[in-house]
Amino acid sequence: MSEVKKIKKGLDIKLAGKAEKVLEKADRSETYAIKPSNFPGLTPKLKVKVDAEVKAGDSLFFDKYCPEINFASPVSGKVIAVNRGERRRILEVVIQADAEIQYQEFKKADPKGLSREEIKEELLKSGLWAFVRQRPYDVIAKPKDTPKAIFVSAFDTAPLAADIDFLLENEAEAFQAGLDALAKLTDGKLYLNTNPNINQTKIFSEAKNVEVRQFTGVHPAGNVGVQISHISPMNKGEIAWVIRPQEVVFIGRLFTKGIYDVSRKIALCGSEVKTPCYFETILGASVRNILKGKLKDDEKIRVISGNVLTGEQITEDGFLNFYDSQITVIPEGDKFEFLGWAMPGLQKFSMSKTFFSWLTPNKEYRLDANLHGEHRAFVMTGEYDKVLPMDVLPQQLIKSIMIEDIDQMEQLGIYEVAPEDLALCEFVCTSKINVQDLVRKGIDLMIKEMS
Amino acid sequence: MKALRKFLDKKKPLFQKGGKFAKLQSSFEAFETFLFVPDITSHNGTHIKDAIDLKRTMSIVVMALIPALLFGIYNTGYQHFLSIGELANTDFLDICIYGLIKILPIIVVSYVVGLGIEFAFAQMRGHQVNEGFLVSGMLIPLIMPVGAPLWMVAVSTAFAVVIGKEVFGGTGMNIWNPALIARAFFFFAYPSKMSGDTVWIAEKADSFSGATPLAHAANLVDVKGEAALSFYQQHLANAWDMFVGLIPGSIGETSTIAILIGAVILIVTGIGSWKIIVSVFAGGYVMGLLFNLIGGNAYMELIPAWQHLIMGGFAFGAVFMATDPVSGAQTARGKIIYGFLIGFLAVLIRVMNAGFPEAMMLSILFMNTFAPLIDHYVVQSNIKRRLKRVKVSA
Repeated sequence: MSEVKKIKKGLDIKLAGKAEKVLEKADRSETYAIKPSNFPGLTPKLKVKVDAEVKAGDSLFFDKYCPEINFASPVSGKVIAVNRGERRRILEVVIQADAEIQYQEFKKADPKGLSREEIKEELLKSGLWAFVRQRPYDVIAKPKDTPKAIFVSAFDTAPLAADIDFLLENEAEAFQAGLDALAKLTDGKLYLNTNPNINQTKIFSEAKNVEVRQFTGVHPAGNVGVQISHISPMNKGEIAWVIRPQEVVFIGRLFTKGIYDVSRKIALCGSEVKTPCYFETILGASVRNILKGKLKDDEKIRVISGNVLTGEQITEDGFLNFYDSQITVIPEGDKFEFLGWAMPGLQKFSMSKTFFSWLTPNKEYRLDANLHGEHRAFVMTGEYDKVLPMDVLPQQLIKSIMIEDIDQMEQLGIYEVAPEDLALCEFVCTSKINVQDLVRKGIDLMIKEMS
Repeated sequence: MKALRKFLDKKKPLFQKGGKFAKLQSSFEAFETFLFVPDITSHNGTHIKDAIDLKRTMSIVVMALIPALLFGIYNTGYQHFLSIGELANTDFLDICIYGLIKILPIIVVSYVVGLGIEFAFAQMRGHQVNEGFLVSGMLIPLIMPVGAPLWMVAVSTAFAVVIGKEVFGGTGMNIWNPALIARAFFFFAYPSKMSGDTVWIAEKADSFSGATPLAHAANLVDVKGEAALSFYQQHLANAWDMFVGLIPGSIGETSTIAILIGAVILIVTGIGSWKIIVSVFAGGYVMGLLFNLIGGNAYMELIPAWQHLIMGGFAFGAVFMATDPVSGAQTARGKIIYGFLIGFLAVLIRVMNAGFPEAMMLSILFMNTFAPLIDHYVVQSNIKRRLKRVKVSA
């Protein structure tokens, strides 16, 4: 086994409300939605109209600039709404699900016997391609590219993250089939990055056709971008693909069962959930039935699809985002606090030791969405460096993005980072700067300038 | 607190757009956010945020300054009563009260003038009032001589805030440490009130020498042989007093112990960069050692390297001035180079140029100017590493 790389820079944020590894039943969700906003940089073009009947795996919309990439319906049923926002931008395509899911049929075959082109074609046709993302830029991969390698992170270190071993329970066959398919797509290696302290089940240790690398340490050790920077950092002109284990399973199911089956387990977690645990659901599901009766109601709450660092706020009858395996519920915290900046702060979490909570390092916190301050210009330095385990100067990179200096962005490593990798920088920022937004803005600018 | 909150909520519309006092919005918000951490929540990006903000950061620095301030108050009284020969007959409380009476007005003037200008600028620009001056306002009195006339303190502070900070765009944008700008202005505009033997002790008796150790040390340059040794023995051998701080000097800079307590607070909380603090001391020590080795005059030969670190404003500058994140170097490696050069240059100037006994101020301002250059090279090395990787893989 290869050596274990320990990630030292970073921060584990211990929140209250970790999901117990118990699978609970929730009423089936009736509506499902796919949101184009989940795919940064995408210009969607609709393939279906309201009232159309679709099967699971039928394309709902496709990428205007790369029409082979389809975005499929997760269930069968009727398209009941196409909700639009400003300038008629498509916000979500909503489907009313049938009682029993009808699946569109795809080719059932052992991926080992298929060629690279055949596998690509199957993934594109079925809508599973959308799960394959690329670095640089953290966008959906381009089918015409051949990546230098494909990376899969088998663990998630984000606050309250779902336990991927548990998500993949009983999915070993599909997972392996998915890996076999992915291995065909690159001339380089298919890396499976595991954490010996977290990944305990055989599904990862017995995975074949992969190159295993081991990482331990604090968040963002589980971020695939951080792992890439330690295995084979992204240089200008290079392309790597990334995908999560849950999504490898979806690909495996396509080849073993011949259907687009995106049912998944998700973790319902956070301090405002009565009993945090896991649920079986389908991608894009309305969260209303999942949340019903599960939340504490003594305070105004915020429901997040995803984790507290990178997730998106949704309403209590909103829909699960495309790539997310967890729903986090935290207090909103939109209230004033008398002399809050001067208090000892035993309940407050900070990377610095300016609050006395540092005396209790193992405490689990109930944190809310309050900014704890106001936006300011950069004053402090060196904070970002402490939480970014990459050979990148985060503050300088962010400044180059602020002034939209393309050359400097490139020199300082814009190709190596994704917004999620700098999420902790945003968390610790004394000046409350929106780092992830800026990174995305920089990436958009690069895509525009380089194309 | 609910009543106070209610009161603010009621008055708030008056200060918002369209309200009667809309022009005073920045000032109102400054007071409001001082009393209450606002109810703003994150809308995109991370949903939770670190509890720290600039108010907390700045108040930690002010807290770290408190030991130096308290000691300054005591020492002001101590030096006064020592000079008039009444020390034995005065009790601790009277010494402190005397010091307080002398120092409090300087602090008040610094804050009132500085904050007044900050508020006015925030108002003019429609910005929020930044917390930066909370620290500068405390630093300025601590680096003034106790005999400084209040109007000069006011003029220096105004100069520092306007020319040192606001013309660049406010806190976070300035290139020099504002508090040091105040002192530099004072030093060059009113030299007679910032140097010599008379300004460091309040209402000094004429017969008593009020020279600082640095001034004594500067005199060593012209003394030779046996005389130098006895001069040293007489004026500079009491290192313990220098360490404790019972010597004449600027209000807050004399006590190395009090400053080190502040340093511990800054380093433990993570607010001050230990890299800078340690490397400043290292730089000063290395330069001191070099002088000891080279020799040349009595100053270089007789003052041990470590003694430079406890004389004058060296320690105060290292802990509270060089660590200013805005005007200092920003990269991790840059901080070490920046700090080392500050210490190195401070001792160099101090020894080589008798006209500037207080070289720490000049050295830090000088390195503030060069901090971006240091960072530039650190950033370039990162860029080069990246380029090299491409060549290796290509």
